Amino acid sequence: MKRFLIILLNSLAITGFSQSVHMTRSGQVSFFSKTPMENIEAVNNEVTSLIDTGKGEIVFAILIKSFHFDRALMEEHFNENYLESNKFPKATFQGKISNLSKINFAKDGSYEATVDGDLTIHGVKQHQTATGTLVIANGKIAVSSTFTIKLSDYQVEIPSLVAEKISKTVEIKVNCHYEPKS
Amino acid sequence: MSLSHNMNRYVLITLLSLVSFSAFAQDDLMKMLEDESKEVRKKDFTTATFKTTRLINGHSAENVAPGVLDFRISHRFGFLSSGAYELFGLDQASMRMGFDYGLTKRWMIGVGRSTYQKQFDGFTKFKFLRQSNQMPITLSAVGGIMYKSLKFDNPDQINFLTSKIYYSGQILLARKFSESFSLQLMPTIIHYNLVEGVNDPNDVFSVGAGGRMKLSKRVSINAEYYYQLPDYKLPNTTNSVSIGFDIETGGHVFQLYVTNSSGMTERSFIAETTGNFFKGDIRFGFTISRVFTIVKPKL
Repeated sequence: MKRFLIILLNSLAITGFSQSVHMTRSGQVSFFSKTPMENIEAVNNEVTSLIDTGKGEIVFAILIKSFHFDRALMEEHFNENYLESNKFPKATFQGKISNLSKINFAKDGSYEATVDGDLTIHGVKQHQTATGTLVIANGKIAVSSTFTIKLSDYQVEIPSLVAEKISKTVEIKVNCHYEPKS
Repeated sequence: MSLSHNMNRYVLITLLSLVSFSAFAQDDLMKMLEDESKEVRKKDFTTATFKTTRLINGHSAENVAPGVLDFRISHRFGFLSSGAYELFGLDQASMRMGFDYGLTKRWMIGVGRSTYQKQFDGFTKFKFLRQSNQMPITLSAVGGIMYKSLKFDNPDQINFLTSKIYYSGQILLARKFSESFSLQLMPTIIHYNLVEGVNDPNDVFSVGAGGRMKLSKRVSINAEYYYQLPDYKLPNTTNSVSIGFDIETGGHVFQLYVTNSSGMTERSFIAETTGNFFKGDIRFGFTISRVFTIVKPKL
């Protein structure tokens, strides 16, 4: 009997884990640079992200080449000169929801969440905090967040010639719809 | 005793497995993510083999992006060897103005007008193969047509309009070897409807080779050479040699170069170059390329 109980507990531990992970392969991350000279925007609709609701962990993998711009030349320069996507193909984020206790993943609703973690862009890892909204409906999670980063923190060099066209801080928008991972 | 021994063992196994699973969950949501991204690894096309669609005089394997118009102005001056009186060639400028447009990711077209022999030109360029993580090279084909609108030398004889029309065909074989180094080979045929001498070939065959080396993120040094097959070239012509820099500034690319060719279309610079590069018959030239997005891609 005890042995049975242990095995049951054990299997619960495993299934419990697998149910708590949610995933998307088509998350959206966009960025926006605004200056009086020029506005620059790019969108990436192929972001992969996982959330572990049990642990309150969240991770993102963002392929730099999947950011698309209005202007082809900007996209080329973004990859070739600024983010050097051949050398640093991915940006990643690994973080934790710091107010996990206030979120009930079992109950539909909209929750304010704060995430704390490490954002790696252009091969440079920086600590980053972001606030966002977490919407739970029918067991599915949707996450949206907006925050700003400083390009110089990630060693993205802007030559003086175009300094007036590229903002020193860039607004990042995240919008992901997760499905429970089987 | 034996029961409690067994009991302990089960507790241990359970604990261990719990620990191992939670360890997996903690550290390695990130690892799980990496495994997930590996599954969807897709074709990764090589970009920016060259900075612009021309190596120097001739085509590079690069295309204008779909929906983008490239306005190009090229200038070519007289021979540096012409001396101070001609301000080393700067007194004699000839130019070509051109508009290139990208139709698809693989296909672009362009038209131009040169002051040299009042020549009109048009071309179409198609990428058959694109270098990627699964393909070692880019292979393009370029077809061009040129019309010399200069009046006939001898208007009294019977002249045909087609006598002033020329065709060119090129295969471009390019590879980006590293972030800064790319090479290209371009076998070329130029067809003349009418040639001057009875023994002159109507088809001029040549093989071009060129490359670029990046000096910094925005500056590269380029070289281009066209070797004409001795049995299939026009008399008293030399091979085209060009060396130059590409300088990129936002929406513009500036190309500054020295060359022994005066024309700026395939038939004039490949088949009709007369200067000897190594004896000072060098011209300074530059091209300004400016791109305009006409049709925005769907994001």
